[in-house]
Amino acid sequence: MNAHFTPVASLVGGVLIGVSATTMLVLDGKIAGISGIVTGMSEPRRGDFGWRALFVLGLLVGGLIFLWLRPSAIGAASPSLVRIAIAGVLVGVGTQLSGGCTSGHGVCGLSRLSPRSMVATGTFMLAAGLTTYVVMHVLGGGA
Amino acid sequence: MSASVAHSPAVSTVPAAPTSRLFGVIAFASGLVFALGLGFGGMLQPSKVLGFLDVAGDWDPSLAFVMGGAIGVHFFFARRSLKAPKPLLATSFSWPTAKRIDVPLALGATLFGVGWGLVGYCPGPAIVSIVSAAPSALLFTATMLGTSVVTRRVMSHLRGKEGPSSKTLADVA
Repeated sequence: MNAHFTPVASLVGGVLIGVSATTMLVLDGKIAGISGIVTGMSEPRRGDFGWRALFVLGLLVGGLIFLWLRPSAIGAASPSLVRIAIAGVLVGVGTQLSGGCTSGHGVCGLSRLSPRSMVATGTFMLAAGLTTYVVMHVLGGGA
Repeated sequence: MSASVAHSPAVSTVPAAPTSRLFGVIAFASGLVFALGLGFGGMLQPSKVLGFLDVAGDWDPSLAFVMGGAIGVHFFFARRSLKAPKPLLATSFSWPTAKRIDVPLALGATLFGVGWGLVGYCPGPAIVSIVSAAPSALLFTATMLGTSVVTRRVMSHLRGKEGPSSKTLADVA
């Protein structure tokens, strides 16, 4: 078994994400899809900006808590800056075209049994797996 | 914030103050708990994410537990909410309006997956990670958000050319 395997911590983390998605939906009626919440701030409409900004502020405060108490939880990406920029563009364009990311399609959409989210999640998991395979085993190496 | 968007101050859809304040508190708390979940789950470490995606290597199945825990909790409440008339603190649910399984969905998910597999960042972890001020997180998040906004603008422009769409929030399965 892999030395980095953390089933308990990861399950706890997953439960917290599920609780977050649930409070957003049951109380505020919003889908906790990160790409949608953040990008929606670029076209501010009355009554629709503040909650997005507060959610993102919560994300950043959560990050600061880790930075303060457990900095090892936040790792840096090792690939070259060129590859990182290309990946950022692909993720930006891709999440908008498909209308969601790991949270919106993968957690919220799958929980609703949304057919669109099932197709999206299956597709991006497969694409990500194949990409990682090519990078690691065909091109030979992480960095 | 964009200053070019004009609003009519006469039209207000903001709910009454106490509800509105609680609504915002919930949004903040949900964002905070979401980030804690990402951190405990291991998703803020791109190397761990790639260790999950690299099934053919020294596979680390941890992130399947993140997904399982999140869906395990949310599934029940999401199914109930679909049948509920409205959320507790708002007048309506903001369900996604798109229903079709089309080329943009498949193409977008493919591009997203390739980008995710190249580096190990998806949008949530990237945004949370900018607090570390690591150049990789800052660069990824900047390019991701920039292209997201441009893509969104282009898409809504193209949709506008197709003619008036009369999507309602109600026509969602």
